[in-house]
Amino acid sequence: MHEVGIANSILEAGRTETARRPGAKLMGIGVRVGVLSGVDVDALRFAFECIVAGTEDEKVVLTAEDCPRMNRCEDCGREYASPQLSPFTDAPCPGCQSHHTSFVSGDQLDIAFVEVEEP
Amino acid sequence: MTVVRVEEKVLNENQRIAIELRRRFEEHNILCLNFISAPGSGKTTLLESTLAAFPRGEKIAVLTGDLQTENDARRLMRYGFPVQQIVTGGVCHLDGKMIDRALQPWPLETIDVLFIENVGNLVCPSSYDLGEEAKIVLLSVTEGEDKPLKYPSIFHKAALLILTKIDLLPYVPFDIEAAKTNARQVNPGIEILEVSCSTGKGMDEWRAWLAERRGKRQGVGSASRGSLENRN
Repeated sequence: MHEVGIANSILEAGRTETARRPGAKLMGIGVRVGVLSGVDVDALRFAFECIVAGTEDEKVVLTAEDCPRMNRCEDCGREYASPQLSPFTDAPCPGCQSHHTSFVSGDQLDIAFVEVEEP
Repeated sequence: MTVVRVEEKVLNENQRIAIELRRRFEEHNILCLNFISAPGSGKTTLLESTLAAFPRGEKIAVLTGDLQTENDARRLMRYGFPVQQIVTGGVCHLDGKMIDRALQPWPLETIDVLFIENVGNLVCPSSYDLGEEAKIVLLSVTEGEDKPLKYPSIFHKAALLILTKIDLLPYVPFDIEAAKTNARQVNPGIEILEVSCSTGKGMDEWRAWLAERRGKRQGVGSASRGSLENRN
């Protein structure tokens, strides 16, 4: 619902990074979006396209990587993603079926990289 | 083409403000709680019942956020504690900057407990850290028991789930055990309380939860003060 605000923050981060390199042109931004981040990737892409349309950043490509919920089995140490059918839940370990698990990641909303063209 | 690795949070600026707010709350031993739910789940009503039970003179303060109107602040002001409305003017969540700005007129020494009633919305408020000690999510029994699965982000981040309007259980098809199971699937450690502000059922347990958190916060505060004194 607030994807336009998020898209703006992403574009700002890309512009800031580009401004550190004299003469560079912003070409792309990569973000990682966890399933528990509360942000919908399709809505984010749409919002990003809307805010860059008609500006000098119109051609900037947004690459959004969907990140699953990762859990750790406290019994066998295995790290695994929650299954596609219930991506948000703390699923039992697929190796040893243990329910003794902990949350590793899946709520991230991070800028991974910025792509620039330098003179 | 050069690829620059960045590795920072998208909401970096909000995070910076939230960390600073959290530091200030800790310095002043303030227990700050961020209440989040869909519109109409009973955040304001729960806060009214909570404020009504505190003796006047207790150092309680409330910030309440809405897209428009000061109606909630007017409701909450009747209990004699400082209340401030944050009108977001269309923004669907509160952010750190709004809290920082709203706190400016209040000396932090005059606050022990700060309740923040977020904008009614189960999605966006979950992304914005306000420096709170805990997020509390409300779900009323007139909603669907699958909401924790539909809106997992907030149920994942909340320390406490309060199921509200439980006096209506005989009249609605809400499966309370399924709701709890769903919430625990997303967040196994979540604490759960059941309350009705109409009948008062569960309010003692809620007040006990609050008193325990408050005791811990002030205990931590006096312990850290003690260690400072020891160092000097």
